[in-house]
Amino acid sequence: MIGYTRRQARTEITRKAVLEAAGDNILKETVKGHLFTGLCVAATLFGIVSLAALLVYVFWDAVGWLDWQFITSTPSRFAEKAGVYPMIVGSTFVVSLVALFSLPLGVGAAVWLEEYSRDNWLKRGIEMNIANLAGVPSIVYGLLGLGFFVSTLGMPHGIVLVGAFTLTLRVLPIVIVSSQEAIRAVPDSHRHASLGLGTTKWQMIRTVVLPESIPGIMTGTILALANAIGETAPLIMIGAATSIFTAPKGIFSSFSALPLQIYAWSDFPKQEFQHGVTPAAIIVLLVILLSMNGIAIYIRHRFRTKKS
Amino acid sequence: MAEELLQTQAEVDEGNDTSTILEIHNLNFSYGGNLALKDINMKVYRNRITALIGPSGCGKSTFLRCLNRMNDLIPGTRVEGKVLLNGKNIYDRDIDPVRLRRSVGMVFQQPNPFPKSIYENVAYGPKMYGVRDRIALRKIAQKSLQQAALWEEVDGRLQSGALSLSGGQQQRLCIARTIAVEPEIILMDEPASALDPIATMKIEELMRHLAETYTIVIVTHNMQQASRVSDYTAFFMMDENRSGYLVEYGKTQDIFIQPQNKQTEDYISGRFG
Repeated sequence: MIGYTRRQARTEITRKAVLEAAGDNILKETVKGHLFTGLCVAATLFGIVSLAALLVYVFWDAVGWLDWQFITSTPSRFAEKAGVYPMIVGSTFVVSLVALFSLPLGVGAAVWLEEYSRDNWLKRGIEMNIANLAGVPSIVYGLLGLGFFVSTLGMPHGIVLVGAFTLTLRVLPIVIVSSQEAIRAVPDSHRHASLGLGTTKWQMIRTVVLPESIPGIMTGTILALANAIGETAPLIMIGAATSIFTAPKGIFSSFSALPLQIYAWSDFPKQEFQHGVTPAAIIVLLVILLSMNGIAIYIRHRFRTKKS
Repeated sequence: MAEELLQTQAEVDEGNDTSTILEIHNLNFSYGGNLALKDINMKVYRNRITALIGPSGCGKSTFLRCLNRMNDLIPGTRVEGKVLLNGKNIYDRDIDPVRLRRSVGMVFQQPNPFPKSIYENVAYGPKMYGVRDRIALRKIAQKSLQQAALWEEVDGRLQSGALSLSGGQQQRLCIARTIAVEPEIILMDEPASALDPIATMKIEELMRHLAETYTIVIVTHNMQQASRVSDYTAFFMMDENRSGYLVEYGKTQDIFIQPQNKQTEDYISGRFG
């Protein structure tokens, strides 16, 4: 040992200096950590508690009003006789058509963007546009539906088909973006494995990309449809009835949807409507929404367990 | 330099007891304007294992992917020169890369089974080629799994998921999937680099067996592996412009025991790379 080198001496000095200057801050930092955790918990609780309060409030009001008669009857001026049957049919009908239209269009667009298009200004332009369209207020889509389907194409006001077309435009960007994400999540190594075996691009997409992205695509689509079933503004714009007494019989029938009826009833002066019938209709809408989310979770889970 | 290579080639041909399956002539490969492979000339012999070795970035994987046109999938690539498969240039206009890949299969660095059952993985290729008969598919699957030395480990649970297999088993499954479509040549891109020594040993044994039926070209980082498993070895390097070129090619024992080139000797003795 030749002795202390200059570098060793310097290290020793710095270490001392750091310790002296800083002191023991572990306790302080631990307390800060706890405070931050507390803040996060509070933020979480705020959301959950207010949502729970809202649900309890609505449920409380709906009790006694939500029964079989309510689900199977048509709207009425008398609260005891009022029901939401035509609206349940209308909402389900419209949303089924939206699913039928938006799924092939959305998945098709996503497959083209992810698998076929070259990465150039056109693709980037389209993608930026789609992302922006997903954020356009829904009433704008109502205007578009009114202007295009009703005024330009001359379709009647307030029919199921126009409602479905308009809501399809509304959810399409969301379906495309979520399908793109699901497709992008398929590892390239799987694509290469397939192509390396001498498959055509379409065979590869059909047997590798689509099966592996279905859970993601379905989840995104169903959540978008759940969004659509709660839409009110665009349906008002295209002239859907706020209240209707017969369930739609075909795609050219007039229709009303649950949110429209809820909106109409909430305006009724009678207490039974404001604190009975309206909350009951809200519960019906919520149940439909939650069951759609349930289906989404089920599909995701089923495909996931099948994989391994 | 070209003369030197031709000489080497003549030496390689001499005393060779099998026919040529692939002939590579003046192959240049560029990616986004950068030359990644420069003037490659070599032959690959039928039913032999040819190892491609060299330091990282020397273009050996790129070269491997030129042999079944997997590089076509990357936009902005350009190929010059010829790759003759049984005398026919695979870059000719009338060659469909899909058809080419049916005779030149590939095993990748990371085991990449599909998230399907073991059976579905092996039967995938034949199904895509239009085989519908279930009994035929089952036979193909069994034969391929046996050839890939995996049958005994998976017999009776062909319907369970491929991802439940170990890494080494997954890689042998990928080999089974490749040979299920009876390619002439199997390209292997560092097939054992993600595996432990025992799984690696199994893959190497398997390759010796497969060479009786197929021609194998393997990229490997591991020089011991190249010396253990291959009949021929090609040593790649990159020049100052980061373009890969073939330094020396010959019988594996010659390359490892008496390399002609100083760089080869340095690399093999572990002085760099």
